[in-house]
Amino acid sequence: MERRAVYRNKVLPWLLIGPQLILVLVFFYWPTSQALYWAFTLEQPWGGGNLWAGLDNFLYIFRDSRYWATVLRSAFYALAATGISMFVALTLASFVDRSLKGTKIFQSVFIWPYAIAAPAAGVAFRFIFSPEAGLVGGINELWPGIWDPSTNGIQALAMVIICHAWLGIGYNFVFFLAALQMIPRSINEAGAMDGARPLRRMLDLQLPLIAPTAFFLLIMNIISSFTDSFGLIDTMTEGGPVGQTEVMVYKIYVDGFKGLDYSGAAAQSIVLMLLVIGLTFIQFKWVERRVHYN
Amino acid sequence: MKTNWLLGAALTASALALMASPASAATKFEFWYGLSGDLSEKIQEMCSRFNASQADYEIVCVSQENYENNLQNTIAAFRANKQPTVTQISDGGVVDLMLSGAFLPVRQLMEENGYTIDWSNYNSGVASYFSTSTGELLAMPFNNSTAMFYYNTDALKAVGFEGLPATWEEVEDVARKMKAAGYECPIAMDPTGQWQWWEQFSAIHNVPIATNGNGFGGLDAEVTFNQGKFVEQLTFYKKMFDEGLMVHKSKAAGQTANEAFIAGDCQMASSSIADHGTFGTQAKGKWDVAMLPIWAGTERQNSLVGGAALWTLKGKSAEEYKGAAAFYNFIATPEQAQHWSTITGYIPVTNTGFEAMKAAGFYDAAPYKGRELAIQSLTYTPAGEYTRGVRLGNFGAVRVEIQKAMQSVIFDGADPKVALDEAAARSNEILRKFEQTYKGQQLP
Repeated sequence: MERRAVYRNKVLPWLLIGPQLILVLVFFYWPTSQALYWAFTLEQPWGGGNLWAGLDNFLYIFRDSRYWATVLRSAFYALAATGISMFVALTLASFVDRSLKGTKIFQSVFIWPYAIAAPAAGVAFRFIFSPEAGLVGGINELWPGIWDPSTNGIQALAMVIICHAWLGIGYNFVFFLAALQMIPRSINEAGAMDGARPLRRMLDLQLPLIAPTAFFLLIMNIISSFTDSFGLIDTMTEGGPVGQTEVMVYKIYVDGFKGLDYSGAAAQSIVLMLLVIGLTFIQFKWVERRVHYN
Repeated sequence: MKTNWLLGAALTASALALMASPASAATKFEFWYGLSGDLSEKIQEMCSRFNASQADYEIVCVSQENYENNLQNTIAAFRANKQPTVTQISDGGVVDLMLSGAFLPVRQLMEENGYTIDWSNYNSGVASYFSTSTGELLAMPFNNSTAMFYYNTDALKAVGFEGLPATWEEVEDVARKMKAAGYECPIAMDPTGQWQWWEQFSAIHNVPIATNGNGFGGLDAEVTFNQGKFVEQLTFYKKMFDEGLMVHKSKAAGQTANEAFIAGDCQMASSSIADHGTFGTQAKGKWDVAMLPIWAGTERQNSLVGGAALWTLKGKSAEEYKGAAAFYNFIATPEQAQHWSTITGYIPVTNTGFEAMKAAGFYDAAPYKGRELAIQSLTYTPAGEYTRGVRLGNFGAVRVEIQKAMQSVIFDGADPKVALDEAAARSNEILRKFEQTYKGQQLP
């Protein structure tokens, strides 16, 4: 039986989705078309005129070894932050799922980090990780000079990845917990009766059954680490020592607004947009197939 | 009953609304500036003095926190046709603005509104940055400064140095003595401070940063900061860092160079003369200021001006331009100019202004003694081909390349020549892209 809502009034559906359509048009399609126009021309910052440049802007950034370094860095950032975030969230969710005493409290508390705005978390973490004043900086008392994210690019990148992962744990936790709780208790009990220990039950029973959710979270986390990392990086390292925490979205900001290279930044944002669209496409194609609606 | 009550309320509300908006004759116009904190408050004070001094115009002054934000916000506002009448643009944003045709030259503005200003009275070192290549001022100089070297005199005395160092050799020697005497941080240095550690160095040693007379001659200039003295200087900085004579101080490291100097953690720092006032009120211990050090045997040239000038943007009404002209006239009066140079460390931008303050004994005693050295530094020689400023397109992006090169040498131990070569190659690409964007246009 077809489950579709049919409106007799032809205008009503349009009115109902009107506000959403207007938002999408104004905040997505209009800026994107501007960015496309700028990406194919040379745009003067003060708006005096455009010079047609064809694919020159794209070739300029693809020829740039620093751009590819940024792309690789963004990919590493995405995988590392996603991996840490999902692993920790899954661990916490599986502990909470065992319904021990007091889990109701933990259930609410673990979600809180998600509510914190990235810039606020960035400022707080910058203080915590500061080499001279912070908690982590205390390690410099034992081994002087070992922790200094202001000069060491690898440490700066690690710091930002950890913070991004921390912020995402709450979101992943909610989904993982829901997925775990959807598994019928009988399966777990059957496994326990057959002598399977908790870790084996997790690996052989629970993980396969929460795979669709895990895949969904993987895509959402990766997309978020490409686009939402800006707030953290801007407040914590501003692109880091020698540009070593510059990810794609931050490079767009630096090139466009600080470097006044509007065309180059537009070209980069088109590339980033295509990348995220590609990821979303993968998610829809793969996840939809494996989710079973009862 | 209800309708009567509602009607009565509506009538009262509309009457109040009509009464509450007084017929204001003052034309409002906006001034966006890029200073924050203490200096921002001083500007607000300046604006209220202007508003109090006359009733025809009202200036609304809005802080944008820093020069970069101000430039970005002004551009965005201009594109949306919501720009301010007056905006404070610093040296880095000048070339884009000049080629955009989005501004009204200040000489034209003052002439059209009936004010006669003696333009030759403006300090040549200050004016050249904001003038055409033939010397005509395009913007109103306002808060201008130059880079100086600050010394903690207690520490100098502790190592037995008389007076203040004048050469890099002396600075290195003093730093080494301080380190041996137990001072943890002889010199506070932030590699992103390329204005005072790199650009000023090029000017006072008379080495060009770019061809075409530092870019003044045309858009086809190429950078030259990867040659000769520049490589030696970067190698020198690296050596000082390695020996612990220069210590990295920046916001990312937890304490900026100025904060370190104020707290007495570091004994020497290089910063704008504008900070002279802040140091005066906040620094611990005895300190003094001197001109930037040169290598022994070089003939010192004038240093580059810093700070910003006030630009008038196109697209506003004639009334607002009258207001802007009145404001420029106001800040150019000797009393206001002196007041501005008193409450901040910024230098007087006119020759007569400086002479008047000197004659009045302004620079004879603390806390203002030492500021005249900034004028001395700016006017050491008449502005020459390499010392009248830097006019490169997208200079902000070029500066980032220089900063990255300095950082990679100092933090990651890269070879100075290699790092500078890479920075120069990338900077030239930036300049070529800029040239193409403004194809066929000439620098004013």
